[in-house]
Amino acid sequence: MRETKRAVLILADGTKFEGKSFGYEASASGEVVFNTAMTGYPESLTDPSYEGQILVTTFPLLGNYGVPPADSREFLSDYLEDSHIHCRAIVAQDYSWQHSHWLADRSLSDWLKSEKITGIYDIDTRALTKHLRENGSMLGKIIIEGCDDVDFYNPNLENLVGMTSSSGVTLYDTDTDGHINAVCLDNENPDAGKSDKKTVVLVDCGVKHNIIRCLTRRGVRVVRVPWDYDFNRIAYDGLFISNGPGNPDFAEATVTNLRRALDGDRPICGICMGNQLLAKAAGAKIYKLKYGHRSHNQPVRRVGTDTCFVTSQNHGFAVDSNTLPEGWEPLFVNMNDGTNEGIRHITKPFFSAQFHPEASSGPKDTEFLFDEFISLL
Amino acid sequence: MANDKKIKKVLLLGSGALKIGEAGEFDYSGSQALKAMREEGINTVLINPNIATVQTSEGFADKIYFLPVTPYFVEKIIAKERPDGIMLAFGGQTALNCGVALYENGILERYGVEVLGTPVRAIMDTEDRELFVKKLDEIDIKTIKSEAVDNIDDALRVANTLGYPVIVRAAYALGGLGSGFCDNDSELRSLTEKALAFSPQVLVEKSLKGWKEVEYEVVRDRFDNCITVCNMENFDPLGIHTGESIVVAPSQTLSNDDYHYLRSLAIKIIRHIGIVGECNVQYAYDPSSMDYRVIEVNARLSRSSALASKATGYPLAFVAAKLGLGYGLFDLKNAVTQSTSAFFEPALDYLVVKIPRWDLGKFHGVKREIGSSMKSVGEVMAIGRTFEEAIQKGLRMIGQGMHGFVENKELKIDDIDTALTEPTDKRIFVIAKALTHGYTVERIHELTKIDTWFLYKLKNIIDTADELAEVNRLEDLDHNLLRLAKQQGFSDFQVARGVLKERMTDAENAVTTVRALRKSLGIVPAVKQIDTLAAEYPAKTNYLYLTYNGTENDIDYENDGRSVVVLGSGAYRIGSSVEFDWCSVNALMTVKRQGWRSVMINYNPETVSTDYDMCDRLYFDELTYERVMDIIDLEQPHGTILSVGGQIPNNLATRLDAAGVNILGTDARSIDNAEDRHKFSAMLDRLGIDQPRWRELTSIEDIDRFIAEVGFPVLVRPSYVLSGAAMNVCSNHEDLVRFLRLAANVSKQHPVVVTEFIQFAKEIEMDAVAQNGEIKAYAISEHIEFAGVHSGDATIQFPPQKLYVETMRRIKKVSSQIARALNISGPFNIQYLAKDNDIKVIECNLRASRSFPFVSKILKINFIDLATKIMLGLPVEKPHKNAFDLDYVGIKASQFSFSRLQGADPVLGVDMSSTGEVGCIGNDTSEAILKSMLAVGLRVPQKAILLSTGGPKQKADMLDAAHMLNNKGYKIFATGGTHSFLNDNGIPAIRCYWPSQPDMQPQALQLLHDKAVDLVVNIPKNLTSAELSNGYKIRRAAIDLNIPLLTNARLASTFIRAFSTMPLDDIEIKSWDEY
Repeated sequence: MRETKRAVLILADGTKFEGKSFGYEASASGEVVFNTAMTGYPESLTDPSYEGQILVTTFPLLGNYGVPPADSREFLSDYLEDSHIHCRAIVAQDYSWQHSHWLADRSLSDWLKSEKITGIYDIDTRALTKHLRENGSMLGKIIIEGCDDVDFYNPNLENLVGMTSSSGVTLYDTDTDGHINAVCLDNENPDAGKSDKKTVVLVDCGVKHNIIRCLTRRGVRVVRVPWDYDFNRIAYDGLFISNGPGNPDFAEATVTNLRRALDGDRPICGICMGNQLLAKAAGAKIYKLKYGHRSHNQPVRRVGTDTCFVTSQNHGFAVDSNTLPEGWEPLFVNMNDGTNEGIRHITKPFFSAQFHPEASSGPKDTEFLFDEFISLL
Repeated sequence: MANDKKIKKVLLLGSGALKIGEAGEFDYSGSQALKAMREEGINTVLINPNIATVQTSEGFADKIYFLPVTPYFVEKIIAKERPDGIMLAFGGQTALNCGVALYENGILERYGVEVLGTPVRAIMDTEDRELFVKKLDEIDIKTIKSEAVDNIDDALRVANTLGYPVIVRAAYALGGLGSGFCDNDSELRSLTEKALAFSPQVLVEKSLKGWKEVEYEVVRDRFDNCITVCNMENFDPLGIHTGESIVVAPSQTLSNDDYHYLRSLAIKIIRHIGIVGECNVQYAYDPSSMDYRVIEVNARLSRSSALASKATGYPLAFVAAKLGLGYGLFDLKNAVTQSTSAFFEPALDYLVVKIPRWDLGKFHGVKREIGSSMKSVGEVMAIGRTFEEAIQKGLRMIGQGMHGFVENKELKIDDIDTALTEPTDKRIFVIAKALTHGYTVERIHELTKIDTWFLYKLKNIIDTADELAEVNRLEDLDHNLLRLAKQQGFSDFQVARGVLKERMTDAENAVTTVRALRKSLGIVPAVKQIDTLAAEYPAKTNYLYLTYNGTENDIDYENDGRSVVVLGSGAYRIGSSVEFDWCSVNALMTVKRQGWRSVMINYNPETVSTDYDMCDRLYFDELTYERVMDIIDLEQPHGTILSVGGQIPNNLATRLDAAGVNILGTDARSIDNAEDRHKFSAMLDRLGIDQPRWRELTSIEDIDRFIAEVGFPVLVRPSYVLSGAAMNVCSNHEDLVRFLRLAANVSKQHPVVVTEFIQFAKEIEMDAVAQNGEIKAYAISEHIEFAGVHSGDATIQFPPQKLYVETMRRIKKVSSQIARALNISGPFNIQYLAKDNDIKVIECNLRASRSFPFVSKILKINFIDLATKIMLGLPVEKPHKNAFDLDYVGIKASQFSFSRLQGADPVLGVDMSSTGEVGCIGNDTSEAILKSMLAVGLRVPQKAILLSTGGPKQKADMLDAAHMLNNKGYKIFATGGTHSFLNDNGIPAIRCYWPSQPDMQPQALQLLHDKAVDLVVNIPKNLTSAELSNGYKIRRAAIDLNIPLLTNARLASTFIRAFSTMPLDDIEIKSWDEY
């Protein structure tokens, strides 16, 4: 029998789930959330929106196809959503010690070890998920046999956006071969130089790299700026507010900057956190969902149409559609629970989605939203 | 709501008899479509001659026609019923082909019938390979490039351009019929000829052997909203038909990018083709890049979609039907949560493994290799939360004596390497053997191209078995190892044998010990719900499975003793298929109607009984003693019904009884008294009831002595082999010695049962229901063929038309005696031989039989409803009607799938070989036989018939028929003996020659190749399987060239009489309720 250390997941309400350790052998704590996606653990683990969270994968098998190679370039990962793992730990029913995929160059366990991330398996993840569904997302910690105890950690008390956002200004542009090149610009005087291409300012609230890929692939230059950067003072054709972790209330600086942009009429688009920040800037209210939406199968409907999309989602907060001020309207609605899935301005080119049109992981059915945004520039 | 109000009446085409490649899944999909329409208040008309199906039961369709699903009959029904719409996607390839023909002939247009769902144009784009490739080229989707040819020379040219290996496919063929791989010119030549016999067009394409095979089930509504409900990955790489492969859902070796790349392509394809409803997209996927090819698109519900429905809990057929009526996905609710939308993609928190069930052992001469053409007759679906758990469950479910992946009887393999490269139906067990013999995963991967992920998982099982082997005594098993073994799907039996090996002398005792031990250690399975959303939302249904990878039950048990557990019938196989599903479903409905909680256990994804809305709780799980006891421990039911699911549940009677389970209906002791040959025989002797003489013998000398007493022929069967397997009729001493040497080593441990074989006797079935030993309802039916043809293959007529009243009276009397002696409460079946007025009992089963749905529907008395009420202890009145006063006739005819079973001798014998059946009603025998024979794929010949009619008795039997053929102006070809017999009797016939006389002309085989005959009647001279190869060659050629073949003189005569005396036009188009 494989010798693995015993491990236990303890929830803040005292519930315990006993399992076994894989990956890095150290205790860990965070907010426990579940994701019902059946693929995409390398993407999820590196998704900044999972900052501070312990990820429970409801699909019972984990690690089947290993992990793709590490990044070959700075500032933009080839296969992952950031340069490092953001989850605090990962929880599964069954870990596949052997993996198989032509692209993989290491196992999930080895990757977790190198990134010092804890894994636990042999857990009844269905029972755990039901517990979280009934009682809401809650704090938890994983204690590994022989390792020190840790305190519960509540990421929602921190400015996670600030923690995951980049600190510098970076210009992304594709060369004639289609490769994306990244150049660091001066924060104070970011000079993106001359180009025939349109320029999109991407406000990094903890951006997933696929958003950068989706934008640059469409022939625009992307200037990625920190979350609290005042983009109003630089030239751009369109503004993009990224996804990001945690409570949107911490991103007040972004909201303030956004409010000023709303006075203008250059196109603005937001994703996930971006949706919430745009809504806040417009004057709407945000609330925390009981256990959030984290899956690849969330159905949304474009309001007022018969057109529906399967979307990838990862959020714990939502926009209260009833609080949208005059001039704004819901753009998408969740077909399961009726929650807001996007907003738009009735006259100006401002819109955002609560789900992830960039997918990665998940279905790509709404990637056309990037096209809609680009067409507005 | 989007339903088009002008659609008031809809015609649904069924798939007809179960055959290889088209089985019970279409009963499921048709039933769902009917349910969906019923919900809309639409008047439904169903055409399906498969009388044993659930969909052809009361309460599903408004009108049912037990008629062939062919353009001829469908047109007549359209003319009579004048439906507004027609649904083509729910009856497999049969319905689709029929629908395309109706469209092309302009019939649909003429009668103003709208095709609901996917337009016919789109269907044709997917069915015709050339159109298909062109269509996908338009959107830059890669297909496997191939060239369509209509002759052998062109096929050779294309193959040599592409380079071998190539695959040959017949267009418009179900389940890969006539398809195969060719490595050289000669293989190509023979395969192409065969394929061209089925289809005017054959595709030759480059083979992509070794690529992964992945499928997506895609749904689209008329608003262009699309979802993929499920994807699936084949364990076996490309080269093995998906119906022959172990399949896992969801895919296990695809990364997120792979998964969604193929998913997006699938949606792009379905949009471009314009599907409205459901379709599946099959891919070949390069294991070392993101290169792909689309293999095919099925623009209809399929076996895969049935599997996907069961795997996910998403009712694909139901939703597809609603979409066909004009709904959008956004209009519909998720059937499981009843609150969330049907527009979503299920998230699984388990995985399923589908394993095919083959019955190749039933056929003489069949090739065991599996490949690009489907040979399996059924499948199972196993659910687990580890791959190891699911596959081991599944390997037990296929029901071929295997205990899982390990701890089975040692497989005899001469050359493991060859066995790995040339897969047979035993492939998975060859892998087990290779792993135990030290083959590395990499080596096995090289030889099989199976992804190493699967192989490593299998190796985990072997590793655990090795650890069990190091334990000395069961009592020494440590908690962790035992738990690990159970998490990897080891049964208690496997654990016991793993520890004890050859020291396990008393298996039952050892298993009991393991069970007690693990329960004392708290190692028990958890019950989990299949809820489509991986627990994200609460589920309202009770679609359940058991797993050791979990600690908490999803169900709160009432412990109110109000549950009644019905054990289902397991994998479809030769001898047990949809008829037992009908029985199971009807038992569930009665249980529910009578106010009990209905609980089903079954694991066959092709069934209606495994639809979670058919019962209060569905356990999609094993029908082993261990698992049934686990469930009974949880349910604490009022009682358990074993008698409606065929032999699998019946076999559990004694053990369940011993464990204190309340078996409803007939006592386990009585079941044993009927099942045990010795006890049953002694009882008959005691009652003074006659039976064919038989003896259980242990040496050749004893056998010779017994035969000296009874004479040849004799029926010989090794004991403990059920359902006729390995039975044989021996006509002379030479046969006997050959058979005994090949099939059984006669010894004290392995006795052989020898029974006198009575020739030219009638065989009669008694299906009945009794209460406390008193018969409450019965149906006597007669076989058209003489005894010697397995009752599952025989053509059965009810009510009997040619039985003496005296014979009937005796059968009734003897049946009553037996019912009383065994104190039967519930369904039972007795088979009799009758010669002159003497009757002999040949078999008695204290359970529902294969013919229960047939007689129930002909008689219009639901025997299972009656039986279930009796088992629930309710009083039951004797129905007034009886078998004698029907003014119509029902005929049940068998469907054979020999065309799929390369090399198999298509001859009928004591071993069953049919894969399905139909039941048609007529005003007389001729009308009923004509309908039923056309429904199983025979055609009325137009020009010429080839006769070779066996021995003197059969020749004489066939004489009248030959006269009729002659009078009707058919050209008759006959082989030597038959030719002179016909000439002597004044029937002109052209002599043709056997393959063994190659110098003479015309050659019988050549006539077949030239399509100069359109019916072959070839009666083997005796019942020995090793019949002369001449006859075999003719029969096989008829099958391979798709020429109707009859091999039984009595059946051939009946059919010939029917089509000679009754023009097709005279067949009445009457629905079931009009009789």
